[in-house]
Amino acid sequence: MENRGYFDNSATTKPCREAAEAVMNAVENGWGNPSSLHFTGSEAESILEDARANVAAALSCKKEEIYFTSGGTESNNLAVFGAAYKMKRSGKRIVSSSIEHPSVDSALDALASEGFEIVKIKPDRYGRIDEKDIYDAVDSDTILVTMMLVNNELGSILPVRSIKKAVARAKAPALIHCDAVQAFGKMPVKPSALGADMVTVSSHKIHGPKGAGALYIRSGVKIQPRAFGGEQEMKIRPGTQAMPAIAGFGAAAKAIPDLKQSLERAESLKAYMLAKFEENGGIIINSAPDALPYVTNISVTGIKSEPMLNFLSSKGICVSSGSACSKGKKSRVLAEAGLENAAVESALRISFSRFTTESEIDYLAGMIKLGQSEIRKIR
Amino acid sequence: MKEVILIKNGELALKGLNRRTFEDMLIKNMRLRLKSLGQFNFEVQQSTIMAEPLSDGIDLDEAAERIGRVFGIAAYSRAIACEKDFQTILRNAADYLEEDLESASTFKVEAKRSDKKFPLTSPEICREAGGYLLGKFPHLEVDVHNPDITVNIEIRDTSAFVHGRQIKGAGGMPTGSAGKACLLISGGIDSPVAGYMMAKRGLSLTAVHFASPPYTSEKAEQKVHKLLEKVSMFSGRIGLWVVHFTEIQESIKDNCPEEIFTVIMRRMMMRVAQIIARRENAGALITGESVGQVASQTMPAIACTDAVCEIPVFRPLIGMDKDEVIAIARNKTDTFDLSFLPYEDCCTVFTPKHPRTRPTLDYVEKAEEAFDWKPMVEEAAKTARLVVIGY
Repeated sequence: MENRGYFDNSATTKPCREAAEAVMNAVENGWGNPSSLHFTGSEAESILEDARANVAAALSCKKEEIYFTSGGTESNNLAVFGAAYKMKRSGKRIVSSSIEHPSVDSALDALASEGFEIVKIKPDRYGRIDEKDIYDAVDSDTILVTMMLVNNELGSILPVRSIKKAVARAKAPALIHCDAVQAFGKMPVKPSALGADMVTVSSHKIHGPKGAGALYIRSGVKIQPRAFGGEQEMKIRPGTQAMPAIAGFGAAAKAIPDLKQSLERAESLKAYMLAKFEENGGIIINSAPDALPYVTNISVTGIKSEPMLNFLSSKGICVSSGSACSKGKKSRVLAEAGLENAAVESALRISFSRFTTESEIDYLAGMIKLGQSEIRKIR
Repeated sequence: MKEVILIKNGELALKGLNRRTFEDMLIKNMRLRLKSLGQFNFEVQQSTIMAEPLSDGIDLDEAAERIGRVFGIAAYSRAIACEKDFQTILRNAADYLEEDLESASTFKVEAKRSDKKFPLTSPEICREAGGYLLGKFPHLEVDVHNPDITVNIEIRDTSAFVHGRQIKGAGGMPTGSAGKACLLISGGIDSPVAGYMMAKRGLSLTAVHFASPPYTSEKAEQKVHKLLEKVSMFSGRIGLWVVHFTEIQESIKDNCPEEIFTVIMRRMMMRVAQIIARRENAGALITGESVGQVASQTMPAIACTDAVCEIPVFRPLIGMDKDEVIAIARNKTDTFDLSFLPYEDCCTVFTPKHPRTRPTLDYVEKAEEAFDWKPMVEEAAKTARLVVIGY
């Protein structure tokens, strides 16, 4: 089916041309084992190190601070478990939010069952976290604070920058981890500016291929690896690197355009879309006005998420339902934000990329309007 | 030496003169089920059917597993067939059952001799073989009442068979021996179990699923395919008719009182399913209803639904608790986890907030007259799309 409006960029993005070419080049010319000593290995190694340099540049960090993984989930697990186990003699409290991605949230639940004390800070109505709550939650027993920079369902921006101060004030030994998967490539993600010791990024959310991600680990910070094997990735993530995916990741990172300009463009596209929705009527905006403009969560009054999603899909439009489940199970994030049941049941997430156009938005708003008149209301 | 599967048919043996027909049906079902693994020869010997692979390299583990899901079989066992030379038989028994005999502490030998020309009698076979195995496996003791393993030696006309453990079969009657019926399947826990239960009683299945895009998604239909694939491992091939149901559902929503939406919807479903059943030569409908489970499954609601049915509606779960249904979905059909995939289905789309639990037929029939459903029902049955599921 022809794609006439791709608005699910928070789920995944279409690989850019640069990434696709880099993948092909790695398959054809970089097929050696980057750890091999001969020239074929060296050729692969140079592709690998180029990719590392590109990701490092996009994060404004040192090349040696980038550890390649299979993606966001693995990076998050590596950071959370790796830090908790490394630090377990220094305390047992871990502070986070209640709206983290499952790859952090479930990892924390697993740690809770091992005796760690997990504090999950609740958000406000828009999925925002109050920095005061971070100060309250972090104590001298805290060994890790992990918080996402941008929420994947509501687009809210979390006060990651305040964590470092809170940790210092509590005289906590804590390491700081930030899941920046939804922010990377869309807003500045500079670990030193965030005050983070570890930062998670993923390839396929920035127009790279699936199967690659990275964990930034600040020089001097030690965590415990999750897997043991060879010397790759400084033993933090052993195993022969997934060259094609990593090469594509590097190319995608290099292709990220000027952030300020694209962010301004996204802001104006969001304003344009909201004006269209206003014309439609019957649409509630669940995301905060100050949310990252790339992610907007809405509820179409009286129409359940799934029928609208299916309807739009039949018209060539991709969005996602804010609620992960239809049979009574609500989206955890929207429920945590305290949205009313009716809004949760009707929630849709519309997520832009830098390639989103005004005409796609025109078509989206038009088709939602058509859906509003054709799809029978719940009651 | 060749490995075969020996099959004991179940209730079949009781069916007098029909027995032959049932046996033929059972063999046909097994042949279909094993077809993709390779060629088998089936031979009826008294109350046992022998399935013999006709080429090397046929996956007998998989074959035995499939046989275990064919209805009409009480028990089966894997056996080796060998020459009717007593020393060969003994050697084969020790070899073939080595693992089982090593892990057992007690055993006994049972012998059956239908070839009366064989030089040893059954008791003699037992004695001699018992002594031989005790010599080979000195840790074993004989226990004729409650042994860990029974070594069976059968001397038949064609060859000798040695087998150990007998495995319980799926039971029931050969699928198809009782005719064909049409299963209404939504995607929940109940309907696959209902289909399984009726197939067990010898019915072959055709199925009807109601799809209401955009209210239901392609994934909801895919889920039904997956559920039926599981059921078809027991019932054999299933023809699934996917009915486009959107307009009927919307018309009910637009024209009828919300409190009886579901009852009217079910009446429409029954009407469509009956047309398809007739077309498919199916003699009954099958649903997964159970009294009192939801508002549309109270006795008065079922009465309203049944009023439009001219053929019998089989409801094998009617008196079962949810736990009992779940137990079958978990342990038999393996459909429980699939049922939980979270998609909207035709039954959840417009669920009324306060459904009427005691609708009267009068009220429902009058409410239904609010729109001209007849052509819509016919059109829905006519345009249903066929998807063939299973072996």
